[in-house]
Amino acid sequence: MSLDLISFDDAMRLFLKAAFVENLALVFFLGMCTFIAISKDVKTAIGLGFAVVVVQAITIPANNLIDYYFLRPGAISESVDLSFLRLISFIGVIAAMVQILEMVLEKYAPALFNALGIFLPLITVNCAILGGSLFMIERSYGFVESTIYGVGSGFGWAVAIVVLAAIREKMKYSDVPAGLRGLGITFVTIGLIALGFLAFSGI
Amino acid sequence: MSSSKKGLGSILFGPVFDNNPIALQMLGICSALAVTTKMDKSLTMCLAVIAVTAVSSAAISAIRSFIPGSIRIIVQMTIIASMVIIVDQVLKAFVYDVSKELSVFVGLIITNCIVMGRAEGFAMSNNVRDSFVDGVGNGLGYSVVLMAVAFFRELFGSWSLFGYQLVSDEFKREFTQGLMLQSPSAFFLIGAFIWVLRTAKPAQIEKA
Repeated sequence: MSLDLISFDDAMRLFLKAAFVENLALVFFLGMCTFIAISKDVKTAIGLGFAVVVVQAITIPANNLIDYYFLRPGAISESVDLSFLRLISFIGVIAAMVQILEMVLEKYAPALFNALGIFLPLITVNCAILGGSLFMIERSYGFVESTIYGVGSGFGWAVAIVVLAAIREKMKYSDVPAGLRGLGITFVTIGLIALGFLAFSGI
Repeated sequence: MSSSKKGLGSILFGPVFDNNPIALQMLGICSALAVTTKMDKSLTMCLAVIAVTAVSSAAISAIRSFIPGSIRIIVQMTIIASMVIIVDQVLKAFVYDVSKELSVFVGLIITNCIVMGRAEGFAMSNNVRDSFVDGVGNGLGYSVVLMAVAFFRELFGSWSLFGYQLVSDEFKREFTQGLMLQSPSAFFLIGAFIWVLRTAKPAQIEKA
């Protein structure tokens, strides 16, 4: 087990960094398709954001274990390097996890399932989820670190989409130039939010 | 099915100008914008996307009549993922530096909505040749936007194009706009790009 216990300080630092400084949506442009399509009202955005946090918190540690025990160079035996299988196994794990989560929720928490139901399938093709797992490999996080990173990065994504949805709700009442309506002004708004998030890079 | 009656030319160039997947359907920008700080990085990314879209569309089209409807998404996903792995390994073997710089974003082509969208929307109902050309066309449409964004970000962010510095060091020190290398500039540029495109083609303007 790659159980590398880290201090509370480091854990908090990792969480804040994942959520704000390296925000998946605003700094790495991940999950943009869903980010723009599902940010028209706050209620839906909160539902999707919550689903992303849950899925990130499960898939990143799960992928970490799979990588540690099977895929990293030398995991099975000294001469075997399966790291080229990372992409395909991670996407498989994500699809499977989302499916399992959907079934578990349906059986044991129907209320939550009804709230998240429509968003769960969408999450499989959300690049933020696969991106999170790939960043976990690139930065060689241990098991504990990847759990914190999963929760943190999911949380950051959720905050960003809720903020954007809140602004877009109000923007319905404003007079936007014809060519910018809809998609265009949304990108400019995201740019401004990203500008605000740049301020976090100081901490 | 009507699109199969169109000539190859319109299949190839339609997605570049009239029906650009990024500008109109907001597909596929997820994995793309982070690599637009330098033009050579974006060019590699564009070539990778064109290769993946074209070959996976052709492959899916070739076996389209054998794919059961209920598991088609998984089959498509597997084919696309295999293609991306091949591209990733090729990049690692021949242009290792660029591949290091692209980091996770080559892998993220798997979840690029354009690739999936063309597989599902075009390749499942058209022949192999048309699907291949359609893949190249959509890849090109994506490249146009990506390279345009990269052009402005590299020009104003580091006063160079494809790594060749265009101005003197002194000028660079005084006028470099560091923000262009940060993420917000890409959002603004895409916003502006959409604005220009929609002003030129008023039919695309959304209802308020």
